[in-house]
Amino acid sequence: MISLTSYAFVSMMLFSIGVIGVIARRNIFVIYMSIEMMLNGVNLFLVTFARYHFNMDPQIVSIMVIAIAAAEAAVFLSVIILLYRSRKSLDTDIFTILSQGEKS
Amino acid sequence: MSTSMLVWIILSPLLGSIVLGGLYFYHIKKQEVNERTFALIGCVTPLISFIITLCLFLKMSDEKIIFKQHLFTWLNIDKLNIDMALLGDNLAIFMSMFVTFVGWLIHIYAIGYMTGDKGFGKFFAYFNLFLASMLILVLADNPIILFIGWEGVGVCSYLLIKFYYGNKENVIAANKAFIANRVGDFGFLLGVVTLFFALGEVDLSFGTIETNVSNASSGLLALAGFLLFVGAMGKSAQVPLYVWLPDAMAGPTPISALIHAATMVTAGVYMVARFHFLYSGTEEIGLFIAYIGAFSALLAAVIATRQTDIKKILAYSTMSQLGYMFIAVGLGFYSAGLFHVFTHAFFKAMLFMGAGGIIIALHHEQNIFKIAQHRAQLPIIKFTFLIGVIAISGIPFFSGFFSKDAILAAAFQEGEYLIWAIAMGTAFLTAFYMFRMYFIVFVAPTKHKVQYVYTSMTITIPLILLAIGAVFAGYLNLAPIFGGEAQVDQWLAQLNSKTIHMSHAVEWILIILSVAVAAAGIFVAYKKYAKFDVEKPEEEVGLIGNKFYVDEIYHAVFVETSKKLSVWIDKVLDDKIIDAFIMNSSRGFVNLGKKVSMMQNANVRFYAIFMLVGMTCVFIYLISTLGL
Repeated sequence: MISLTSYAFVSMMLFSIGVIGVIARRNIFVIYMSIEMMLNGVNLFLVTFARYHFNMDPQIVSIMVIAIAAAEAAVFLSVIILLYRSRKSLDTDIFTILSQGEKS
Repeated sequence: MSTSMLVWIILSPLLGSIVLGGLYFYHIKKQEVNERTFALIGCVTPLISFIITLCLFLKMSDEKIIFKQHLFTWLNIDKLNIDMALLGDNLAIFMSMFVTFVGWLIHIYAIGYMTGDKGFGKFFAYFNLFLASMLILVLADNPIILFIGWEGVGVCSYLLIKFYYGNKENVIAANKAFIANRVGDFGFLLGVVTLFFALGEVDLSFGTIETNVSNASSGLLALAGFLLFVGAMGKSAQVPLYVWLPDAMAGPTPISALIHAATMVTAGVYMVARFHFLYSGTEEIGLFIAYIGAFSALLAAVIATRQTDIKKILAYSTMSQLGYMFIAVGLGFYSAGLFHVFTHAFFKAMLFMGAGGIIIALHHEQNIFKIAQHRAQLPIIKFTFLIGVIAISGIPFFSGFFSKDAILAAAFQEGEYLIWAIAMGTAFLTAFYMFRMYFIVFVAPTKHKVQYVYTSMTITIPLILLAIGAVFAGYLNLAPIFGGEAQVDQWLAQLNSKTIHMSHAVEWILIILSVAVAAAGIFVAYKKYAKFDVEKPEEEVGLIGNKFYVDEIYHAVFVETSKKLSVWIDKVLDDKIIDAFIMNSSRGFVNLGKKVSMMQNANVRFYAIFMLVGMTCVFIYLISTLGL
């Protein structure tokens, strides 16, 4: 029997790796994957506790999250394609057009 | 002749000055206007004023009434009510009578003096404006209106002193006069404000002040009296604000005559007499005034003995005579002081006009020794000048004797023996320096061949008229001791002046003493200067010749320090402290803004960190407040 703590630990690990990925990586694809990883970390957490408490509500929430993430993926990927077309690059540090000041 | 004529005394020269000013602009811009036109307008307006004043005077002495004219309400703020009103009481009519008369004669004299001058029209415009301001001052019904005239004469004297503004010295002299007067005016204005509060904020006409003056606290009244007198110090050239007067001689001579004789400088004396009810109540301020007057009289007389400029000698003698007037009004002998103003107006105007005639005849030479070297034969001027010199020296039967003697007797009677002694010393010096001037200018032997020089009628006729005044004006106020009835004292009874009531023996001794002193002064001057070698002129050297270095001291103390202070404020306080503070704080905000704007660098990963940090903070807060 794997303990509850282990599940919680794994889900936190997934979330943290996601956070670090968003902050540290420059490639938009990797950032997108990191975001998905964070979502999945949260999903794992929800499912674990649903199972632990024998309550189905968190499972519904997690399925909801997966569904929305799928929809989000469609939007995200199309945006990435547009960005790539405009700059021929996927480096996030290039996309600073929203800033009015000089580029740091 | 009704009360409404009062305003026309002022309006006549005022309108005259406006017309003359407009005409002068027309003259320089469009088409030349004949000098006669200017002269005619300029001289008729003071004559009209004089005639009106004379008519009012006659009506007044017949019917024993006081003229009051309310023109309009100027200001009405809460309790402060200032009416544009004129008051023609005995004092005002007395004053405006000889102001308009002597002013008129000086206007006529100026025609001769200024002939051929480029600014002929301008001169008469200023002159009329000056007279109008003076008449506002004299006829004002409250101190605020008086102050309008007070400032008006200040401005006009400034304009007239720098009449030849091409010369830098004249401009400096005019500025000096204006600034010294400003110091005094500041005191005057503060005095009026103090008076307003001391009296419990009543309306400010002289009548109301007089009725309320007994209710006010004596401390505040003394302060008000002192501050008002500061104004008089500036206007009437008393120590310590006298320095502008000798320098004011830079203007043309008719101006010197008008400013020094009948009008501007006597404004201070008139003001003190106007506030007689205030000064009678505060004896110590009166005594202070008398001492300032005595000191000024002595100082000016001492300085005058070494001066070489004919007009400056006369300027110092004016200051000295004003000192006498302040002794009188300070001790409460208002009518005696005003009587001296009256006689002084005649002989001093005449002396200035005579000096002007000499200066014109010798092509603008003012040094008495150079005048003597190139002497011209000017019989009428010589004769009238002698009368003036005798009158001011206090020789019996001339006007100056009667008025001056009354002041000396007053000082003696009040027990102020120090003032009396100073006044006696000044009388000696006055006789000495006036006759020094006379002997050098007209008597001392010269190698130069003396030729007759024609003097214009417009110069000689006013001189002769004034000479008559200088001889006989004294008989208008013949003291009881000489068998007179002191008409001027009676006319000015409203002032509640003190009167001389000594035993006749003492009075005669005093008279003989003062005559002896004057005679001694003349004798010393005769001994020293009647045979003076004018080829070896005296220089203005030594302590007295340099006017006790007062100008230099004032320059070092006031001009230099304020210059240094303003430089310090400009370079240090303004640049280094105030500007630095403002500039640095604005620069600080700019820099801070730049720093903060670096956060908004549009870098997605940066924003992710902010979001993370922010959400962490929110969660920590929620956990800590709600508990787990």
